[in-house]
Amino acid sequence: MLFELEPYSIKKEQKQPLLQQELSALTKHHQQHCSDYARLIQTQWPNLSLPVANTQALPYLSVRLFKQIGLKSITDEQVFKTLYSSGTTGTPSRIMLDNQTAAVQSKILVKIMQQWLGKARLPMLIIDHPSVVKDRANFSARGAGIQGLAFMGRNHCYALNDDMSINWPSLEAFCTKFADGPILVFGFTFMVWQHFIQQLISHKKTINLPQATLIHSGGWKKLIDQAVDNQTFKQTAKQTCGISKVHNFYGMVEQVGAIFVECEQGYLHCPSYADIIIRQPNNWQVADFNQPGVVQLLSTLPKSYPGHSLLTEDRGIIIGEDDCRCGKKGKYFKILGRLPQAEARGCSDTFETGQAS
Amino acid sequence: MNHPQLLELFASALAIDIKKVTPDLAYGTIPEWDSTAHMILIAEIEDKFDVMLDTDDIIDMSSVAKADEIINKYLIQQ
Repeated sequence: MLFELEPYSIKKEQKQPLLQQELSALTKHHQQHCSDYARLIQTQWPNLSLPVANTQALPYLSVRLFKQIGLKSITDEQVFKTLYSSGTTGTPSRIMLDNQTAAVQSKILVKIMQQWLGKARLPMLIIDHPSVVKDRANFSARGAGIQGLAFMGRNHCYALNDDMSINWPSLEAFCTKFADGPILVFGFTFMVWQHFIQQLISHKKTINLPQATLIHSGGWKKLIDQAVDNQTFKQTAKQTCGISKVHNFYGMVEQVGAIFVECEQGYLHCPSYADIIIRQPNNWQVADFNQPGVVQLLSTLPKSYPGHSLLTEDRGIIIGEDDCRCGKKGKYFKILGRLPQAEARGCSDTFETGQAS
Repeated sequence: MNHPQLLELFASALAIDIKKVTPDLAYGTIPEWDSTAHMILIAEIEDKFDVMLDTDDIIDMSSVAKADEIINKYLIQQ
């Protein structure tokens, strides 16, 4: 099984056959346990034969479907946690987890993050307010991210108050105690930028965490509107917080666990448990490396809901596979932004026109 | 169980009746033992036994018996 392997050590010759096998098995599992999924596959991929010959032949769902219908492959009684997307575009997605899928997601997230942070748990500064994780049975995407990353930390400190102002006494106490050693700082990209870095600047304050690693995630859309790119983000984090190790990661609430972390070269890396395919938005054919298109994500983790193969609403480009200069194996890529609304709707239209191949 | 005092610690960290705490009680099988409670549990174990658990231990600690085993591993090293 892929999830027993190290995150960045296997090459495509070993990875692709395992992916085909495990994702074909998951497709079959969800056909048997989720009648809506079985119907969708029957309509759109009537000639599907499992196991597929390659991962490109796997059926894929538009991520929008999780907003429209609550797809799950478990009974109501088995639902252990429900995750909600941030819902910036109206109805949030609902992702239902049983205890098994929730445990695998936590485990894989830790395995991946160990590669970037080491095995010791580090004092952790969370750039958010504590209420974001208050409801323990229902998590927002932000809550789920914080909850997952919290396993990597100790002495957790929330940097913000409920009204998004900086909790100065907490922040100062944390810095006094831990600033000299290795620290984990985690937050959603927009929260870190808008409610932490910008607030430090407007109060003319700086902190100094020279050994900290800042991990952030959650989309650039709001920052691009303010003309903040990754380089500006990193420079400003260095100036205001003294942090020089900054890693963004990409992932969706629909596929928690198997996340894509940015390496020192600035590329997002597929772990052993996940993969990326780029499709051309006009005909949904697979695009070549270095050709931009719509991002499809594969994950071997989702067992309680049919989210193992999803067409996102993001545009991206694959740079290469197994040969990144950082030394990590797997495909590496960049995200180019969100699809325009009309094209994003087009993604879900594939289910009405039957264009999928 | 090498450390029977763990039973009480689990009952208080998870806020459940001590009668429900058995060696084979497993993570995620009761709503009270979720990821949030898991972190509380870890902090209390570290405090009580004066050990520092790493991220592998957090993932491995899937039952009460397993917690007992992990604590033992650290106490033997000391």
